[in-house]
Amino acid sequence: MPRPSPFHPRTAPLCEALRWKDWAGYAAVCSYTTYMEREYFAFRHAAGLIDVTPLCKYEVRGARAGEYLAWLMVRDVTRLKPNQVAYTCWCDEHGKIVDDGTVWRLDDDWYRVTAAEPSLAWLSRFAADFDVTVTDVGDRIAALSLQGPRSRAILQQVGDADLDALRFFYLARTRIGAAEVIVTRTGYTGDLGYEVWVDNEDALAVWDALYDAGRPHGLAPAGLDAMDVARIEAGFIMNGVDYYSAPHCLIESRKNTPYELDLGWLVHLDRPDFLGQAALRREAETGPAEKLVCLEYDWDDYERLFARHGLPPEVCPYAWRDPRPVFDVFGNQVGYATSGAWSPTMKRNLALALVRPEMADRGSRLKIEVMVEYVRRKCLATVVEKPVFRDPRTRSLPQHESV
Amino acid sequence: MSQYDAIIIGGGHNGLTCAAYLARAGRKVLVLERRHVLGGAAVSEEVFPGFTFSVCSYVVSLLRPHIIRELDLARHGLQIIPLESSFVPYPDGRSLNRSADPQETRREIAGFSARDAERLDEFRVALTRMSHFVKNVIDNPAAAPGSLRPAELWQQLRLGKALKELGPDLQHLHMQLLTMSAVDFLDMWFESDQLKAPMAVSGIIGTYLGVRSPGTAYVLLHHYMGEIDGAFRSWGFARGGTGQVSNAIAGAARRYGAEIRTEAPVAEVLVRDGQAAGVVLASGEEILARNVVSNLDPHQTFLKMVDPRHFDGDFLGQIRRYKLRGSSGKVNLALDRLPEFACRPGDGPHMRGDIAIAPSIDYLEKAYDEAKYGQYSSRPYLNVVIPSLVDPSVAPPGKHVMSIFVQYAPYQHADGPAAWPEHREAFGDTVIDTLGEYMPTLKDDILHRQVLTPWDLEQQFGLTEGNIFHGELSLEQLAFLRPAAGWARYRTPLRRLWLCGSGAHPGGGIMGAPGELCAKTMLKGSQGRG
Ligand SMILES: Cc1cc2nc3c(=O)[nH]c(=O)nc-3n(C[C@H](O)[C@H](O)[C@H](O)COP(=O)(O)OP(=O)(O)OC[C@H]3O[C@@H](n4cnc5c(N)ncnc54)[C@H](O)[C@@H]3O)c2cc1C
Repeated sequence: MPRPSPFHPRTAPLCEALRWKDWAGYAAVCSYTTYMEREYFAFRHAAGLIDVTPLCKYEVRGARAGEYLAWLMVRDVTRLKPNQVAYTCWCDEHGKIVDDGTVWRLDDDWYRVTAAEPSLAWLSRFAADFDVTVTDVGDRIAALSLQGPRSRAILQQVGDADLDALRFFYLARTRIGAAEVIVTRTGYTGDLGYEVWVDNEDALAVWDALYDAGRPHGLAPAGLDAMDVARIEAGFIMNGVDYYSAPHCLIESRKNTPYELDLGWLVHLDRPDFLGQAALRREAETGPAEKLVCLEYDWDDYERLFARHGLPPEVCPYAWRDPRPVFDVFGNQVGYATSGAWSPTMKRNLALALVRPEMADRGSRLKIEVMVEYVRRKCLATVVEKPVFRDPRTRSLPQHESV
Repeated sequence: MSQYDAIIIGGGHNGLTCAAYLARAGRKVLVLERRHVLGGAAVSEEVFPGFTFSVCSYVVSLLRPHIIRELDLARHGLQIIPLESSFVPYPDGRSLNRSADPQETRREIAGFSARDAERLDEFRVALTRMSHFVKNVIDNPAAAPGSLRPAELWQQLRLGKALKELGPDLQHLHMQLLTMSAVDFLDMWFESDQLKAPMAVSGIIGTYLGVRSPGTAYVLLHHYMGEIDGAFRSWGFARGGTGQVSNAIAGAARRYGAEIRTEAPVAEVLVRDGQAAGVVLASGEEILARNVVSNLDPHQTFLKMVDPRHFDGDFLGQIRRYKLRGSSGKVNLALDRLPEFACRPGDGPHMRGDIAIAPSIDYLEKAYDEAKYGQYSSRPYLNVVIPSLVDPSVAPPGKHVMSIFVQYAPYQHADGPAAWPEHREAFGDTVIDTLGEYMPTLKDDILHRQVLTPWDLEQQFGLTEGNIFHGELSLEQLAFLRPAAGWARYRTPLRRLWLCGSGAHPGGGIMGAPGELCAKTMLKGSQGRG
């Protein structure tokens, strides 16, 4: 049975629709009302507040903590400045991805790692060799993600951190009321946003402060359904949906490399040894076997498929994650889509798909399976630039912004 | 030598759409807008510091989804936030909220009629099928009956086929829609006045007709389309106000290379050798172009911009008879805090959609009665939205903007149209009093107010007689009859003068379709650089 997060006393009464699911053992809200639309639009126009406590969190301490993490991760985290955060992934010795998450440098000998899956064993496998200790702090630290164009204004009202100076993927140690918190400028929506990390005991006070300050800014409590649509627009992949952790795969073909998942930009090859380096170097030369792309359904074709049955086109009202085959224009399967969503902002029907590399260029014309009236059909689709949602506010500092 | 392939008079959203499509096809285009801001009736202005009003139009429903995609408007800043619900308070303290949640809506309606609650789905199915058909009409140039040109026959056949595919039941329904009043049409499904009244108002918006006037059923469908176009989700607020629709289109047009000038009022269309050859600005500046496209309404275009000698009497007669009887006004408020409904306090979903003061059919008919004799309704129909609840960018935190669309306010005031300024504030008070009966604190919450009478709409926005749609959306002025029989295809009797605004098919509303279809017609007609 899923357990309640420290925010449960606040989220439960707000969740009118009683739509919950199990997220890493916690009861997590899918949507607060019957339709998640309002929550999605809060992310894009005001601010959405989402409980992300179930993320796995680890502390890595020791004089050689940075060196150790640089060895574990594909990204050279020794380059991190104090208070900087990096998005990264990590691989097994064959260069197959294990998980993705963030690494924060809190101090010279003190780092934090967030992961999608329980990773204590993986992260501590070689810790002793580096005199590093890895501690699971997942159950001690609660987390809220505040995402949307108003998130900065709201946080500014409750905390004393200089948010105007807090850059994208940096953190600030600050207070909200009496509570000590860490604020990271991170998130999973592709929008301006922050995540607030707080000890369980202070969780409710932080929720209350953010919620009350946020209401005049149009803040809405948001659930996983809304975040799922936002993350697809933002082109973010999800462990367990768009790829699987290599140690959990029964067969080789299920495993993926960072290059396949369009995470090649994370891989810093030219540096001292790190896990998977040799395999990744080989793949950097030969090229990946498949590539993750964003597909956009051709709307006219989509409409036509429905019109054949006298139906108006229908789109799934939430993000889907049942895989669908992808074909070339002649109908030969060249890949598969792992998740997708109708983008309410771009008015486009999108899918994330892994396809043969020669088909992965922008503008490439493909087909994707669509079920219409119980019949499997193929709809034209085009490889489009990823991410589809992009806004300067996500990364900029206020003095450079126009509203 | 003319430097431009086309000059577009007017930077309303249709003129901009036309410009964007022409520029996208490589044409050299110049848009000339009279005001300092773009958008015409789809405009956002910070009327009071910190408060951005959607001064005229306030919800986006009919904007064609393919235009959003083809011009990539989202990348140019267009974001539409859906309206959550439709709310009506009644004088007896009851209220009705219809939302996207079908079960909740059913429960709400069942409070008035259990039968109506169940019939709503059948009604939706019928109207969805109908609007699927009407969509064909809207997304294509008007058919020209009687023409034997192959392309037009093809059009006719397609529509004929679409109509046939509707099946006999819906063919009847279509005929009924074309001829019935909104109330008669709704009577076929529903029994409760409380439900029918707010539904019927879609049939009269922007017309000088009552909910019991024949022909209003069709207008109801026209509006309903945006609402049930569910999958496209194009019914909502534009972030930053409706002006953002125009700004996004302007952004696209500029990206394709169109030139846009504001504060450049056009005084007249230059005619040389019997064809449009450019424009003269009010400043006296002359600019030549191969084509002149007017975004203005048919009266402005044919009776003001061009010397009447260039048109024959029959055409002029039709244009003079073309009905532009403005019947609505607008009140925009800057609010210190969110007012509440006495019957349903709080800031629940009912506040985040559109709110109608349309408590009964008789109320609406009475409102119309007064208008017939040149008075504004003493208790008008109001359509209220509070966009700041879902789009905090339009008001300071905790403060709000409220947009109130008001009908009836006849342009032909009993004391003459020019008397409207004297009645403006009293008209504004009537509106506030009407809403205040349901929202007791409203008056105290108002920081600033802007009152627009039909006279103001004409003076400030160039809308003849204050008609919000460049001419009524009544049946005799739609499709192949808009704006005049034989001239519904964006061409005009003056060669190289085109019409691209809401006075052309398929009509008014933030739709973009006249602008798009005009551009596409021009491009088709001109092989190379015509
Ligand atoms: C009060 C009000 C409320 C409305 N509410 C809604 C709504 O909620 N939803 C909806 O879909 N529709 C609504 N409408 C209707 C909709 O706004 C219009 O149908 C639509 O915006 C018209 O667009 P257009 O481009 O065809 O014309 P316009 O917007 O009228 O554009 C014409 C342009 O030409 C310019 N112009 C005029 N004269 C000259 C000149 N001599 N030289 C140069 N430029 C000139 C004008 O300034 C203007 O910019 C509303 C309209 C009004 C007035």
